[in-house]
Amino acid sequence: MKFGVVVFPGSNCDYDCYNAVKRVFKQPVEFIWHAGSKLDHFDCIILPGGFSYGDYLRTGAIARFSNIMDSVIRFARAGGLVIGICNGFQILTEAGLLPGALQRNKSLKFLCKYVHLRCESNKTPFTNKFKKGQVVRIPIAHGEGNFTVDEKTLKEIENNKQVIFRYCDEKGRVSDASNPNGSMAGIAGICNKKRNVLGMMPHPERCCEALFGSEDGKLIFRSILRKD
Amino acid sequence: MYNAKVTVRQKKGLLDPQGVAIGGALRSLGYSQVSEVKVGKFIEIALKAKDKKEAEKKVEEMCKKLLANPVIEVYSYEIDLSAEVLTKAGEAPQK
Repeated sequence: MKFGVVVFPGSNCDYDCYNAVKRVFKQPVEFIWHAGSKLDHFDCIILPGGFSYGDYLRTGAIARFSNIMDSVIRFARAGGLVIGICNGFQILTEAGLLPGALQRNKSLKFLCKYVHLRCESNKTPFTNKFKKGQVVRIPIAHGEGNFTVDEKTLKEIENNKQVIFRYCDEKGRVSDASNPNGSMAGIAGICNKKRNVLGMMPHPERCCEALFGSEDGKLIFRSILRKD
Repeated sequence: MYNAKVTVRQKKGLLDPQGVAIGGALRSLGYSQVSEVKVGKFIEIALKAKDKKEAEKKVEEMCKKLLANPVIEVYSYEIDLSAEVLTKAGEAPQK
């Protein structure tokens, strides 16, 4: 399976994604500069974390108009797998590929720590190796991860089972105490209706090796690769 | 040349943690009258257009496309002939 990691000016998790795919999973992977447009030969596109365009105006607002994004939108509409992590998630919402928006954390603090996530649906190409309700430990690193959406759309994405990850405690309980950033309904990750586009604030690429304190991020990549 | 002053505000009902923090700071400075603070963005744009109508059309487009995110924000704007043009024409700035 061929992976592409899009690089925007200000991306800073691009090498982490590249490393996870190449070194941990031994899959072919290429960086794609934001000015490019060709995505035909890829199976999965990763929009990595970082601060594209310095987060000016709003996170992801300017990256969303970079040249490569027209191709990413076409790729996603044709059914290609797209995963946006952190800033990548923010870009996907700005591009309209995912509903909602990521606002400033309720605490106003930049949060960099491990959190627990509960997998709400394993019926996606990104979570098919999870058990339903499985609790994993994956780190977050963001100042603007407060998922916000209007009530009607929230109902819609809940009904369609588009909520894929929620912040929880180590036992899988979702509460205000386990919600690090004020996200509505504790939402940490969602997918689109067709389930081929996933956005999540936590960083699976940062926890694919025991040395990093958790290997739970591997489940996402193993799901994409359908590999045990 | 026209001068557009765009204000982007957060939609009503959404939590504005920056506003809450600033409100707290003002009250701690003794301004007990302060009941609520909201933080928005002010964006000033100089643009060329053949008349005010065209300038408005363009600014409206810019707001919809980039300057505000309709999921969480609302926008408003004022457009005037820029001071430079007004000076050349010998007119007083008008609202």
